[in-house]
Amino acid sequence: MKTVEIDAKDLHYTPLNQQIRKAVSEGAKEIIIRNIMGQRFIADGLKGQVSLVLHGVAGGDLGMFMSGPDVTLYGNADHAPGNTMDAGSIVIHGSAGDAVSHSMRGGKVFVRDSIGYRGGIHMKQYLDKCPILVLGSSARSFLGEYMAGGMILVLRQFPDSMNNERGIGSGIHGGEIFIRGEIGDNCVGVGTKKDLCNSEEIARITPLIHEFAEKFGIDPAPFLKSNYTRISPASSRPFANKYTWE
Amino acid sequence: MNIGTVPMKFRVSIDQEQCMACGRCVENCSYGVFRMENGVVRVSPRHCVACHRCLAMCPRDAISIEERPVDYRSHPLWTTEVKEAIFNQARTGKIIVAGMGNALPYPVIFDRLVLDACQVTNPSIDPLREPMELRTYVGKKPSHLDLLTKENGDVELMSALVPNLMLETPIMIGHMSYGAISLNAQTSLAKAVSEIGTFMGTGEGGLHESLYPYQSNMIVQVASGRFGVDINYLERGAAIEIKIGQGAKPGIGGHLPGEKVNKEVSVTRMIPEGSDAISPAPHHDIYSIEDLKQLVRGLKEATEWKKPVFVKIAAVHNSAAIAAGIARSSADAIVIDGFRGGTGAAPRVFRDHVGIPVEAAIASVDAKLRQQGIRNEVSIIASGGIRESADVAKIIALGADAVYIGTAALIALGCRVCGTCNRGVCAWGIATQRADLVSRLDTEIGSKQVVNLIHGWTDELAELMGAAGINSIESLRGNRDRLRSYMLDEALMTVLDVKSVGA
Repeated sequence: MKTVEIDAKDLHYTPLNQQIRKAVSEGAKEIIIRNIMGQRFIADGLKGQVSLVLHGVAGGDLGMFMSGPDVTLYGNADHAPGNTMDAGSIVIHGSAGDAVSHSMRGGKVFVRDSIGYRGGIHMKQYLDKCPILVLGSSARSFLGEYMAGGMILVLRQFPDSMNNERGIGSGIHGGEIFIRGEIGDNCVGVGTKKDLCNSEEIARITPLIHEFAEKFGIDPAPFLKSNYTRISPASSRPFANKYTWE
Repeated sequence: MNIGTVPMKFRVSIDQEQCMACGRCVENCSYGVFRMENGVVRVSPRHCVACHRCLAMCPRDAISIEERPVDYRSHPLWTTEVKEAIFNQARTGKIIVAGMGNALPYPVIFDRLVLDACQVTNPSIDPLREPMELRTYVGKKPSHLDLLTKENGDVELMSALVPNLMLETPIMIGHMSYGAISLNAQTSLAKAVSEIGTFMGTGEGGLHESLYPYQSNMIVQVASGRFGVDINYLERGAAIEIKIGQGAKPGIGGHLPGEKVNKEVSVTRMIPEGSDAISPAPHHDIYSIEDLKQLVRGLKEATEWKKPVFVKIAAVHNSAAIAAGIARSSADAIVIDGFRGGTGAAPRVFRDHVGIPVEAAIASVDAKLRQQGIRNEVSIIASGGIRESADVAKIIALGADAVYIGTAALIALGCRVCGTCNRGVCAWGIATQRADLVSRLDTEIGSKQVVNLIHGWTDELAELMGAAGINSIESLRGNRDRLRSYMLDEALMTVLDVKSVGA
């Protein structure tokens, strides 16, 4: 396996991405990047079967429009990792900012800790493409807002977290949000339906729990023993009755 | 029902003397106006929208359509439209949605501006004999050039230039998505722009595979729903346009109802068949000019800085200040969409009441960018209500680099501006996804008609410029001295920076 190492110290994001693209075009299967200090757009629009191992703090829009690569970040990410991402994966050993997985249409994003506001906003799915966002700890308000497809799973490492968040699934018209344990009526947004998971649904999220635990070297047992809440659309046509023709 | 029926909008009558009962009207009307009963054509006039498909297909001129055959009591305030909107909402309690552009009779600024021509002291130019430069480059221009003169006298350009779009005429076709219009309509437009050497927009509906041969003349759009957007789509476009707003409905998002999302539309939008495609009002990663810059750069980075990125906004009160922000965002062009811009569907209240005319917006944006010394940073594209070549000449003189046309291009395909695009049964095969209706639009003939229109306008533009003694589009741009206002008020003349006729 061909491995390429890049030192990102004092490197602007454009030359950094140029180096990444060059390595991919030359057949690199693994690219290790050290000393990342807030560079935005890392792996933006990148295609191909390649692993990126990042060390440092990634700036906004990590893996934006990305289609295929697997990114592992040892550190935190700023806003919107996985923005409009198409395929591949992003694994964040830390936390991330707002609008994580914004409009993501395929692939997986795993965040070990927490994320900011509007995570998973307007994720959508089509045929075999189903975007998945898994969070180890918690998300701020408006998680899964406008969601049109895909799946969000929040493992809520600290069960009391998120009790004061608002607008979860606000305007959701496709896809589903799973939150470990129970969540108050005051936390969910308009147009949502909230139920405790049945065994079929638990069976569907179980492989994701294992995958998460394996990626971060965490014991999955406590997550497997829990009950989960599923938030889904009350209607797939939330605005169908709002309009009349002239 | 207390309100009862309202007067019919159109009376359709058949001259039975003329009618030969061929049934073409029955076959062609997709709104269900005509039926054949015992060899005689009968009508249900309430279904008529005046799209004139029947008239165009009747071999005997046997059909006549009369608008508003039954009057309400006339009143300057409580007009027919106002009363009927109230009836509608009293019945439904809902937001009224309508097709096409602004339907209120606001004065048209274009029609209060006149162009100049040379007489005696400076000769006019005859475009038949002399070259007229209409080629237009859209994109960022350098603020200065570094040149190196070599020993042998050759001069080498040392400055790095950023990509521009090269247009053979300053007329492009704006963004009308697949979904809002049919594939045959998009294909007709795509063939036309390829032949002419100009560009068209995809709208927020993705890029259908069958249009890939025309991709080098297509501008791909990224809007708030991000429908159809992936790296493949971004790489195919000649340029990328971020749609922030639309002149027909500033400040709100879009909503393609599930009924219009058939199998093919679902493929390009990348959403399940029959599901609503909801474009939120804002982009959820853009809450400021800094965020806009982030998306502009994100798109450039994804496409390796090879493509110009446009930002389209609706013309609103503070367009000039907003445009000054956009010009600093790394964007290459700003599209200003005026309040007369068309649409497949918009809430009536927005269509008629929100936004400002493109003439005023372009003039103030151009002035603001010049004041700040950043006019070279972006091109300005005007759209929304450009009806003829005179409008093109006037808006360029007010400061635009190029225009987008929309409705005019659809009219060239047969559209009668009946304003019922939202119904999805367009009898001309333009604003519909019904296969039998779409097949009515022949893409070869359609593209020829659009090519003809743009050629005609371009020739007229060359004539207008020649008459004014101008032989290059660059000399017309922002050249307000060649405009005079006829009966515009002083405040508006100040905004437009034009003098009165006679002055």
